[in-house]
Amino acid sequence: MTNEFHQEITEQIRKFRLERIEPLLEKDDHEARFRKEIFNELGELGFTGITIPEEFGGAGLTYTDFCVFLEELSKTSVPYAVTVSVSTMVQSILNKFGTQEQKEKYLPELTSGKEIGAFALSESGSGSDASSLKTTAKESGDSYVINGSKLWITSGGVAKTYIVMARTSGEGSKGVSAFIVRDGDPGFEYGKNESKMGWRTSPTRELLFQNCTIPKDRLIGNMNEGMKVALSALDAGRITIGAISVGLAQRALDESISYSLSREQFKQKIFDFQGLQFMMSDMATETEASRLLVYHAAELLDKGRPNPKISSMAKLKASDTAMSVTTDAVQILGGVGYTTEYPVERLMRDAKVLQIVEGTNQIQRVVIARQLRKSFN
Amino acid sequence: MWYFSEEEKALQELCRDFAQNELAPKAEHHDNEESFNIEAFKKMGEIGLLGITADPKYGGSGLGALAATIVMEELGKACPASTLSYLAHTILCVNNIQNNANEEQKQKYLPKLITGEWIGCMGMSEADFGSDAVGIQTRAKLNGDHYSINGSKMWITNAQYSDIAYVYTRTGDEKKNLTTFILEKDKNQFEVGKPIHKMGMRASPTGELIFKDAIVPLENRVGEEGDSVYHMMKNLEIERITIAGISLGVARACTEQSIKYAQERKQFGKEIGNFQLIQKMIAEMSTETDMMAHFLYGVAKEYDMGNKGPAIAAKVKLALPKMATKIALDAIQLHGGYGYSREFPVERLMRDNKLNEIGAGTNEVMIMIIAKDLLKELKPKKV
Repeated sequence: MTNEFHQEITEQIRKFRLERIEPLLEKDDHEARFRKEIFNELGELGFTGITIPEEFGGAGLTYTDFCVFLEELSKTSVPYAVTVSVSTMVQSILNKFGTQEQKEKYLPELTSGKEIGAFALSESGSGSDASSLKTTAKESGDSYVINGSKLWITSGGVAKTYIVMARTSGEGSKGVSAFIVRDGDPGFEYGKNESKMGWRTSPTRELLFQNCTIPKDRLIGNMNEGMKVALSALDAGRITIGAISVGLAQRALDESISYSLSREQFKQKIFDFQGLQFMMSDMATETEASRLLVYHAAELLDKGRPNPKISSMAKLKASDTAMSVTTDAVQILGGVGYTTEYPVERLMRDAKVLQIVEGTNQIQRVVIARQLRKSFN
Repeated sequence: MWYFSEEEKALQELCRDFAQNELAPKAEHHDNEESFNIEAFKKMGEIGLLGITADPKYGGSGLGALAATIVMEELGKACPASTLSYLAHTILCVNNIQNNANEEQKQKYLPKLITGEWIGCMGMSEADFGSDAVGIQTRAKLNGDHYSINGSKMWITNAQYSDIAYVYTRTGDEKKNLTTFILEKDKNQFEVGKPIHKMGMRASPTGELIFKDAIVPLENRVGEEGDSVYHMMKNLEIERITIAGISLGVARACTEQSIKYAQERKQFGKEIGNFQLIQKMIAEMSTETDMMAHFLYGVAKEYDMGNKGPAIAAKVKLALPKMATKIALDAIQLHGGYGYSREFPVERLMRDNKLNEIGAGTNEVMIMIIAKDLLKELKPKKV
């Protein structure tokens, strides 16, 4: 799975995260502070548009390469990894469905990391049931007018380019279209900033549209085919959350091993207690199994054979593993693990939402079951 | 429970009202601010909760582990962190003084601790001695008519707010030569270090107690030199039973919240309670919560009847906090995005409960205690 190029990415990101992000992290997590300059610097290093073609400023690399990057960055900061992952997803959508003009206009600022992209699908009443969304977009002369609101939008407020899903006719998935909305567009404002358990350095915000008026050339793809646009990003989205989960789990495991090798109780290293050895062996096995599943899913996607069942399994398994491994890491570090002085309590808080975003793990099971049924039809 | 007395049922009612009126509305605020709800704590004194197990002649209620557990569950449903501070005061400080101190000491300390005029804590753990508590290194040295104490205690619940600390120290090199003292803040018998920032239980202050040549008169010693291990062991069981009560409260609150949410939240055109996956989650949460309640209250009742033992208390302490963390994680999952936000209480309940798998003896130490009891006949060999 690893080659020299991947080792280079890993080394570069390792150095960056330890020097630039890690020292600020405890404080930033406490204050829920996002630093745009860190994102910009990741852009300067060439990591904010990894899978986008070079003609638009991207790196033209594969999802496997992207996963290597996300896994390493997530060892320090899931929130920054998520910011990059979502911004890259927005770029993939534009690259796949956008017109040449749209690509030339919006992609370079995103691939270079000068701007951040965000994706707005969820609403207060439609989370898992995404296609029941209520935000509307109506044609009016040479414009579209958007009304409604979006909830839990990653990078809301710090992003410049938003892909907003809105209802353009009827009910259900067939009446939804995708639009580009830019920070500062008339009638577009930010609502409440969510106070969250984890992912605290990644802003999550409500978007409000009150007669938000945008030009006609902001429609992405065809009218009423928005859900197709959204669904196209699903496999990649699930795989990237999987890679982030693996990085998080690996960090929790590394912290557990190094702590238990240094901490003594009852006159021996606590690593020498079989109870802890068994815990860490299970943690390591689950993490490795998740990693293999994630990279398998990424490889299928890279080969042009995305497999929704495998992508869902990768997201499900890796995020469940991240949750259990980080929980065990807090347990192994004991009292200090519960304090903010050590990173593991933050890792545990950051893990939980991996089971909720990009389709809750309940939804992943529904998807897997659907594929299982299909294979017997 | 069928065996709750009228008095215990009334106590449950009282605590339920108190928790809903005084703790629940402020729980999110104090969690966010990492601040202590001292007003509510003082009111616990006014309504008679702070000396639940203490003798009525000092102002206590003279009740047992069962009653104390009822309080923990009810308060724990609303705010586990405030309940942890309550536990540190009532079970770790007041109950220890009640059981081990002499008459003068009881008269001196208990009434003010029970009214809430004074706040108490207990100092056992040190930075290098957590699970391995008997190894503690804080030293008390006899110098004529007083002891001088040096060292520090770590992860002390209520440290910053305590007037009184019930503290274990080392008085000799032999492993079990440990001695207990009651120390007073006003007399500079301890100092307080910097507050410790935590994942959960943020509304319960945690800090360090520091002793720098603290001068402590003989009259502050509890029992004789070398009595600490006996004191520790005697109190550990009620400590573990009652902290499990907080986890029962967490499980109860998470289950109730989830049932409510499953009936309100609509996705795919129907309440999510219609989906079998959600039904499975709440059915299991509720089943496990009922198991927890019956196990815990049964053990607490037996404890009050004199049927005690370290292994059964360890089993309660191993089972309940672990199950409550799982239930709370499921409750967040069931609430989806809302569950992860601080608007709903379930993420706080999960963060708070995780501590119960670590404090008052980690899960791993519980396993050691249980296994030691089960394998009494086995000769220990290194593996």
